Amino acid sequence: MTQTTSTQPLVSANNLTCIREERVLFDELSFDIHPGDIVQIEGPNGAGKTSLLRILAGLSRPYSGDTSYLGKSVHRCRDEFNEDLLYLGHLAGVKSELTAEENLNFNLRISGYDDHNTTDILAKVNLSGFEEALAGHLSAGQHRRTALARLWHTNCKIWILDEPFTAIDKKGVEELERLFIEHANNGGCVIMTTHQDMSLITEPRLTKIKLEYQFV
Amino acid sequence: MNRGISYTSAFMTLLKRDLQIAVRHRGDIFNPLLFFIIVVTLFPLGIGPEPNILTRVAPGIIWVAALLASMLSLERLFKADFSDGSLEQMLLSPQPLPILVLAKVLAHWILTGVPLILVSPLLAVLLHLESSSYVALMATLALGTPVLSLLGAIGVALTVGLRKGGVLLTLLILPLYIPVLIFATSAIDAAGMNLPYDGQLAIIGAMLVGSLIMAPFAIGASLRVSTN
Amino acid sequence: MWKWLNSYADPQRSYNLAGTLLPWFAGLAIALIGVGTIWGLLFAPMDYQQGDSFRIIYIHVPAASMSMAAYMGMATASFIGIVWQIKAADWAAASIAPIGAVMTFIALFTGATWGKPMWGTWWVWDARLTSELVLLFLYLGVIALYASFEDKVLAARAAGILAIVGVINIPIIKYSVEWWSSLHQPATIKITEESTMTGDMLYPLLMNIFGFGMMIGALTLVRFRAEVLARNGMRPWVRELANAEATK
Repeated sequence: MTQTTSTQPLVSANNLTCIREERVLFDELSFDIHPGDIVQIEGPNGAGKTSLLRILAGLSRPYSGDTSYLGKSVHRCRDEFNEDLLYLGHLAGVKSELTAEENLNFNLRISGYDDHNTTDILAKVNLSGFEEALAGHLSAGQHRRTALARLWHTNCKIWILDEPFTAIDKKGVEELERLFIEHANNGGCVIMTTHQDMSLITEPRLTKIKLEYQFV
Repeated sequence: MNRGISYTSAFMTLLKRDLQIAVRHRGDIFNPLLFFIIVVTLFPLGIGPEPNILTRVAPGIIWVAALLASMLSLERLFKADFSDGSLEQMLLSPQPLPILVLAKVLAHWILTGVPLILVSPLLAVLLHLESSSYVALMATLALGTPVLSLLGAIGVALTVGLRKGGVLLTLLILPLYIPVLIFATSAIDAAGMNLPYDGQLAIIGAMLVGSLIMAPFAIGASLRVSTN
Repeated sequence: MWKWLNSYADPQRSYNLAGTLLPWFAGLAIALIGVGTIWGLLFAPMDYQQGDSFRIIYIHVPAASMSMAAYMGMATASFIGIVWQIKAADWAAASIAPIGAVMTFIALFTGATWGKPMWGTWWVWDARLTSELVLLFLYLGVIALYASFEDKVLAARAAGILAIVGVINIPIIKYSVEWWSSLHQPATIKITEESTMTGDMLYPLLMNIFGFGMMIGALTLVRFRAEVLARNGMRPWVRELANAEATK
């Protein structure tokens, strides 16, 4: 995370400790994430990758330590932080009773966008022709794409993505990678976990944070 | 890319979505209503069909059944959102959480509370309720069921992350329903005796205002704990 | 306020503070309850109407008044825990709950026992007994919610929110139950109508009320210390403490 040390970090973790079920997942973890960074959280299952992402997003509270946004504690500026954050978790947040278009429309509207063209955005994630299909009838990959479509229409700088490539085909992964690079080049940052290999985003463009499985 | 944060539009967007989903899942609307009707019809079978006795206990029966029906339907208030990840998105949205929560509770009340109010005169007929207390029955339900939804939502928000939340929810929430029950049944009783009951209604109204103001914050805080 | 509270937010310091306070609370509780109970049961004058059966108030009244006070204490601790995010306060709240529930149960049980000779029945839907019963439900709700979460940090926060919601509702419930009971019963049945108590009757009662308060404090401290240890089992200072105990 050293490319742009001169600018202020977008997100920083300060001495984060996370304890789950009496087990220390990580202890006193600190790092800064600057505009332009693409960060992958690495580690075996159960090392606390998802927990770390959820703490960074503000969904979970760490046992101790805190996170800051542009130098301010996130607790103090939750609204501004949320306005600049796009988080996609394990669960896609897609309602199976609604169509792909309605889902996207809802997600964008609740985030405050009102001038979008859902057909165009869905076309970018290869869902042309499926606008009217109930999300419950879509395949796993299409379901996931419905959630990911938001990435093509957002001005949030901070993207926190938990396994964004799950169920996405090779071509789709490449498109996403291109989008991530473009987003980072425009001054955003991407924090993600994935078990898949990426073809376009590689070191040194990619920075890695390694979490070890701790037995204590 | 236009972006504006508007509380009203966020509220309406969420309300519309929840109603839309419910319309595509009609069972969720009808099951609590059927439960309400069946519970009420069980009482004459248990107590006996004498109209005098039924008239005497009708307000209590209808209201207790309404409490249980509201509890039963509330259990699903946040469940679907919790299990498909929409709840997380709601918590991270730039809109204030209490407003979103209020939209969800309102949608839920429109779908489950309003049908109860509409069907209540029918049950009043079955239980030989004094004809002078019909208006009181509907008025107390109209003011009281939103209170039930708001208070109940706190319990639902606290238990949504638990695998076995159902029975626990009852234990958490039913004691909080006692004041509504007391004033509502007393208003109906008073109306049956042709006495004024606007005092009781005013108190239920005050509870409604109080819970409208405070419950959304408690629900929001509880949801943050549950999704942790 | 924040600085002062924060200095005790550290688990080890709050554990040690609880340890220092414990003997004082326990000593006072034993002394007050001992003197108050013996005085009340053996030496206080007999009530001219109720005979000896009135002496149950030396247990009933302290338990009843402290059951409410313990709920207030629990809600206050939860409030501190949620507003200032102090985990020690959450643990304190979680430690009070079962003690308060037992107090409430004692109050209900002694109330029923007293009701038998007085009214000829174990249970009367009297306003105070009814609110006490509802209070017991509220306590049981908090305890059940705390028990249902596997992650005890979350459990304490969830139970804390419920305790605060409960404490806002208690006055409303109490008021509505009193109103309800005045509506349905002409005022023939009342537990002690505040008849003028002679000093000989009153002083042991006051001693017992205060003593019960101290006892709740002492029991809470014991449970609080256990809670701190349980929640911090993987911290080095707890391990050192355990090793020191083992080598003793």
